[in-house]
Amino acid sequence: MIELTVNGLPRTVDVPPDTPLLWVLREELGLNGTKFGCGIAQCGACTVHVNGEPVRSCVTPVGEVEKKGILTIEGVATDGNLHPLQQAWIDENVPQCGYCQSGQIMSALGLLKRVPRPTDEDIDAVLSGNICRCGTYCRIRKAVHRAAENMSPDASKPPDAPKAKPAAQTERVHPSKQGQP
Amino acid sequence: MTSSTTRDPNPGVNRRDFLRIAMSAGGALVLEISIPGCGGGFKSFGMVKRADGGAEFVPNAFIKIGTDDKVSFVLDRVEMGQGTMTSSAQLVAEELEIAPAELGVELAGSSAAYVNNALQIQLTGGSTSVVSSFTPLRTAAAVAREMLRTAASRTWGAPLSECKAENGAIIHVPSGKSLRYGALAKMAAGIEVETPKLKEPKDWKYIGKPVTRRDARMKVDGSALYGIDVVLPNMRTAVILRAPGVGAKLQGFKAQEALKDPGVEAVFEIPNAVAIVAKSYWRARKAAEKVVVTWSATDAGVDSELLGAAYRERVGREAAVIHQIGDEDAATKNAAKKIEAVYELPYLAHATMEPQNATAWVHDGKCDVWAPTQSPSLAAEVVRRVTGLSMGDISVKQTLVGGGFGRRIQQDYVEEAVHVAMRVKYPVKVVWSREDDMKNDGYRPKATSALRGTVDKDGNISSWSHRIATQSIVAQSGAFLAAFAPQATPIVAKMQMGALGGGLAGLAARGGITDPTSIEGAAELPYEIPAFKIELAPIEPLITVGSWRSVGVSHTIFVVECFIDELANAAGQDPLEARRKLMKKGSPGLRVLDLAAEKAGWSTPARAGLFRGIAIAKAFNSWCAEVAEVSVDPVRGLKVERVVAAIDCGTVVNPDIVRMQVESSIAYGLSAAMRQEITFKKGVVEQSNFHDFPPLRIHEMPVVEVHIVDSQEPPTGVGEPGLPPIAPAVANAIFAATGKRIRRLPFSVSAKELLR
Repeated sequence: MIELTVNGLPRTVDVPPDTPLLWVLREELGLNGTKFGCGIAQCGACTVHVNGEPVRSCVTPVGEVEKKGILTIEGVATDGNLHPLQQAWIDENVPQCGYCQSGQIMSALGLLKRVPRPTDEDIDAVLSGNICRCGTYCRIRKAVHRAAENMSPDASKPPDAPKAKPAAQTERVHPSKQGQP
Repeated sequence: MTSSTTRDPNPGVNRRDFLRIAMSAGGALVLEISIPGCGGGFKSFGMVKRADGGAEFVPNAFIKIGTDDKVSFVLDRVEMGQGTMTSSAQLVAEELEIAPAELGVELAGSSAAYVNNALQIQLTGGSTSVVSSFTPLRTAAAVAREMLRTAASRTWGAPLSECKAENGAIIHVPSGKSLRYGALAKMAAGIEVETPKLKEPKDWKYIGKPVTRRDARMKVDGSALYGIDVVLPNMRTAVILRAPGVGAKLQGFKAQEALKDPGVEAVFEIPNAVAIVAKSYWRARKAAEKVVVTWSATDAGVDSELLGAAYRERVGREAAVIHQIGDEDAATKNAAKKIEAVYELPYLAHATMEPQNATAWVHDGKCDVWAPTQSPSLAAEVVRRVTGLSMGDISVKQTLVGGGFGRRIQQDYVEEAVHVAMRVKYPVKVVWSREDDMKNDGYRPKATSALRGTVDKDGNISSWSHRIATQSIVAQSGAFLAAFAPQATPIVAKMQMGALGGGLAGLAARGGITDPTSIEGAAELPYEIPAFKIELAPIEPLITVGSWRSVGVSHTIFVVECFIDELANAAGQDPLEARRKLMKKGSPGLRVLDLAAEKAGWSTPARAGLFRGIAIAKAFNSWCAEVAEVSVDPVRGLKVERVVAAIDCGTVVNPDIVRMQVESSIAYGLSAAMRQEITFKKGVVEQSNFHDFPPLRIHEMPVVEVHIVDSQEPPTGVGEPGLPPIAPAVANAIFAATGKRIRRLPFSVSAKELLR
């Protein structure tokens, strides 16, 4: 039995510990918002947060996240109130087919936690790990900027803002070793 | 603008055929409004659970008005990102006088009531959704509105002229009293009305406005349900082990090891494949790794090196002449410059983000299917053929689609799921891996072209001869369609017959060309060249091919727009001016070309290091021109910095959706042009996932500006026309930058030195 905390709630699953977190979320816990796109951490559709850091759940064994806080797209809105990032996605008319967008939002959320007013380069560095076949990239950038402005309207971009760590494309995104500004 | 495929959707309508009203068991009035020209007969889905937990009786309908004031419409098209849910809502909302955001949306299932009247079957594709729904949906909504207005007029004993529909209610203007639609539903049921006149464009509240996408919320909060997310009580999940390549046949399998896992339900054979059914996808996938399958050899002749040589050889010999005017020999004799070129474009996978999947349940003499299909009726026909059940016992429910691009016109994922479901008693969902998806696609066909062109002593382009070798798409899908829906004619062919224009369509038919998509965009140029010839050499169907976003023009326009650039260069003409000079007088393409060029600042020099290319395409009855600005750096390589697009798609329902679709088409086409190809080695597809079929990522996406021509003409296609111009615009920009012509896609193969 593996004990998890998902979106703030304790959940217990009975699966082999090498089962990818992605499939545990989707098939054991009924959380379908996290998507399967490639299975080898190439596309980012499976992105969730573990202890606040984005990871590719398709290559994260569930045994490794026992007792850690897991956040999925379903947990981003609070009490039915959309997160500013989700609202920005709607205001910029970002989603088309929408299948990649859970992962895009989770990656963007991770970025905004570390870099409250990111540059285009920061956004590209982190979101280059998330593929969109519908080509919503231009609007994603706009939506991240819009959300950043709404979340920290008084913050200006610090001149030496820490550079966002680029998403590795063939390995799990490890917790960033960079400190907060 | 009319084409032979778009029939007048609103001739004199017999309103008795048009309307049927039913009361639901739960008290909700359901107005069944059929679209004229579509199949009659309404199949009931019986009791349906509403999202709020209530139950209601739901006969097929396009507009529903609940006595609880919940107003909704049924989306008969598929929502795969192209915005049909939103544009359809706008069309309904406009005439029904209710805000689009107030309209509930339900996804239709398979039904004759939802036939796409541009395509003659229930299918979403060919950039036809707004085109074919534009008048029928508005008419359906207007009729409903008139019934409600009349009901209010009778309720109040007031003249109809004093009753105005506004924001989901009928208002008695003089007194200000009002009744919401829900309150009027029961009385409206008994009323007949004349078919009303539709609103004038100047009175539109919603049409033409950038209304927020109706599906945006569900796609940002994780609640959107795609085919892969379907969950049913007692459901199992299956994976399929398929032939490793072309020609391989199943010889046998050993499943003992796999069956040791108690989570594995069964392992059995389906046509030329092995199904592993388990409690979950992961269990099935792990178990599949333990199944040992023996296959016969794949076809070693299906090999990209061999195919490349064979195609090149084929375009070196004469082929069937589709169309020919003028005297090429004379032009060649008098030519000041002659150019010969061979262009090669590869097989391409669709690589939709959501891998293929379908859920099927055979029970009680019925078969129910849930799938992210572009055609519930094609899927239903496949179910009928596999199960032998009658159509009345088959239902196909469409889900949201995680990317279509033409992939989901094929129903192979449905066919497999039904084969599996027939062997078990429970619902079963078949899920494809990315590898399954990459290797078992209906690919965009490979196309090789040989061209000859001349420039005369006065610097005019004097002749153009084009021979294409490619596989037919229609040959594989057409026979199936012809048998299933003979009134449809192969749907792709029919659409493209329209795009070809009557004269050439006739020629194509007489020439025995089964697949006009092989030559669309190349058989009729927007340019007037005195000597012109087009030949087609159809290639034997070795490989499964299908419709890939923009279909034939996805490859022909690259060739046409690059070769016209070559000839322009040989004639010493600016690429824009050369095209302007050659375009037919009064062509709508001229306006689009000029708009793109003007907005890109074509006549002013670009900043140092930035180079421009231009291309234009007429596709799906729309015109789209693009100017690509690229920078080429010896260290960084090629970067497409900006694309300025102009599109004429007739009347626009939602300008933001038009912009989205052009942005999307550019990204999709640029991905392919930069570095995507499907290659075969000894019958096996060499690519397997996104690392070796790499799509564009965010840092590579150019800035895109979309300019929409203001038009009052009926709507024309939007989902695909933005794709054909991007690859040639970029290739032409690369020429401007380097003096090197790209004649083979993707760029990564032909111009390694230009890229990272």
